[in-house]
Amino acid sequence: MSAAIVARDLSRRFGAFTAVDRVSFEVEQGEIFGYLGANGAGKSTTIRMLIGLLAPTGGSATVAGHDIATAPDAVKASIGYMSQKFSLYLDLPVMENLLFFGAAYGLTGKALRARAEELLERVDLVGQGGVTTGDLPGGLRQRLALASSLVHRPRLVFLDEPTAGVDPVARRVFWRLIRELAAEGTTVFVTTHYLDEAEYCRRIGLMVDGRLVALDTPAGLKRTWVPDRVLVARGRGLAGAAEALRRAPGVRAVAPFGAALHVRVDGARLDAGAVAAALAAAGAVAPEVEEAQPSLEDVFLAVVDRGGQGVAP
Amino acid sequence: MGRAAAAFGEADPGAPAVEARGLTRRFGAVQALDGLTFQVGRGELYGLIGPDGAGKTTAIRAVAGLLAPDAGQARVLGLDPLRDAAVRERLGLMPQQYSLYRDLTVAENLRFFARLSALPRAVYRERSERLLGITRLAPFTDRRADQLSGGMYKKLALACALLHQPEVLLLDEPTNGVDPVSRRELWALLHEFVEGGMAVVISTPYMDEAERCHRVGLVHHGRLLLEGAPEKLLMAFEAAGHPRPTFEELFVHEIEGAAA
Repeated sequence: MSAAIVARDLSRRFGAFTAVDRVSFEVEQGEIFGYLGANGAGKSTTIRMLIGLLAPTGGSATVAGHDIATAPDAVKASIGYMSQKFSLYLDLPVMENLLFFGAAYGLTGKALRARAEELLERVDLVGQGGVTTGDLPGGLRQRLALASSLVHRPRLVFLDEPTAGVDPVARRVFWRLIRELAAEGTTVFVTTHYLDEAEYCRRIGLMVDGRLVALDTPAGLKRTWVPDRVLVARGRGLAGAAEALRRAPGVRAVAPFGAALHVRVDGARLDAGAVAAALAAAGAVAPEVEEAQPSLEDVFLAVVDRGGQGVAP
Repeated sequence: MGRAAAAFGEADPGAPAVEARGLTRRFGAVQALDGLTFQVGRGELYGLIGPDGAGKTTAIRAVAGLLAPDAGQARVLGLDPLRDAAVRERLGLMPQQYSLYRDLTVAENLRFFARLSALPRAVYRERSERLLGITRLAPFTDRRADQLSGGMYKKLALACALLHQPEVLLLDEPTNGVDPVSRRELWALLHEFVEGGMAVVISTPYMDEAERCHRVGLVHHGRLLLEGAPEKLLMAFEAAGHPRPTFEELFVHEIEGAAA
């Protein structure tokens, strides 16, 4: 089976500014693929090219088997897209929104209504069809936006920051829906700033300044990019001792986390005991330090730090 | 001094930085706040967490004096934010929809807000330089606000809200749409401010951020469901039979328990 997305040296310039710089990757059918990067790194520009809204200025890509440069309309017809600002009609009832999007994709009559009912069930909104969309809480509105991107049964969906501003209960439901979609063979291309969510992705691409700097599974990224030891320090007086610790040789990063400190160190030079001693020397009272697993946030920071300067891990 | 001083608009140094007492507010059929009570001390970073529609934004608006509660009251540094104009100079607010001048550049927006709070030029120059550095907006000072990405716009809004160095800072979901690097920098910045004595109240739907607060209040249906230091709440949750819990598991458990 061919890949759902194939990008080859995909590029986009705006005047003198290169927003996307020779990006190459493949996404397999049925895969949840996470696309991460800082604000302004080029994620949304990449998506806009892949969904046929923006022509590339270099390179090529096929999406669902169609060339984005020569067949953008075929691309649009075969994918679903949920944007950062969902385009729902807030003054219409939930059901009317689904009927509207279904009709826009050419469904009519009984088939249209049946598909809308099916989608309500699909995203757990049964019984909400008559509610005015603007009155829905954010998490339910987000599920409706997902449903409306699925009316034409696309085999590939693009979700651009679908969970921004959504609470944990609603985010869990949303990610369960995404995993169900993928389990049925739908490919999901998703961007997010929330790295706990990125753990749900099979593979992750990470963009820095328009370039795709890292691409691997979450576990692979951690192995490659964070060989450092990650430690959590607890105790009193940590805030005052943090600055001194930051300057200690072998310490790579110190970040406050509630009452605790997250400390990333060169594993060959420092261990938990050495960090506890350094904190105590800097005035912390009986600090306790233990080892923790690196998170995707640690990966992200390492990639932005070093990958941005063209340094391999 | 206490009472007499407050009557003349002087902050009471013994008063908590923020005090919400039985805040109640109804919008039509929706009971947005239902007796919400919490206190925040100077130098404390307090997180308001809770599901969408729990009342977090209404609570922040009431504390900022932008909205009169039906019952209960808010105090900022001992002052009444609805009546006492002195609150405005000591309070910084970053609402969810922050209005910058979209046709002005980054630098022009900062200069405008500095002039609003009548900052001397030298003070403005030093602070804006520092804030531009921290928010990593320094390379973009000539870019118009409507040309910024969502995260950059948020960071500029934050810089504008911080220019007058408020003693109390209220932030309503400031990190929606902000990337992880900027989010981490923002939190480091907030920790720096509270160490300097600022009181910060921040609402967030993100549990990794909740864990970075000194104390959190979990709001549900306009009331406090749970309050305390994140680590202590987690320890109590673990002791109640949930091995190695995450804060998100605690949140989901509490909200679903309250719904049942």
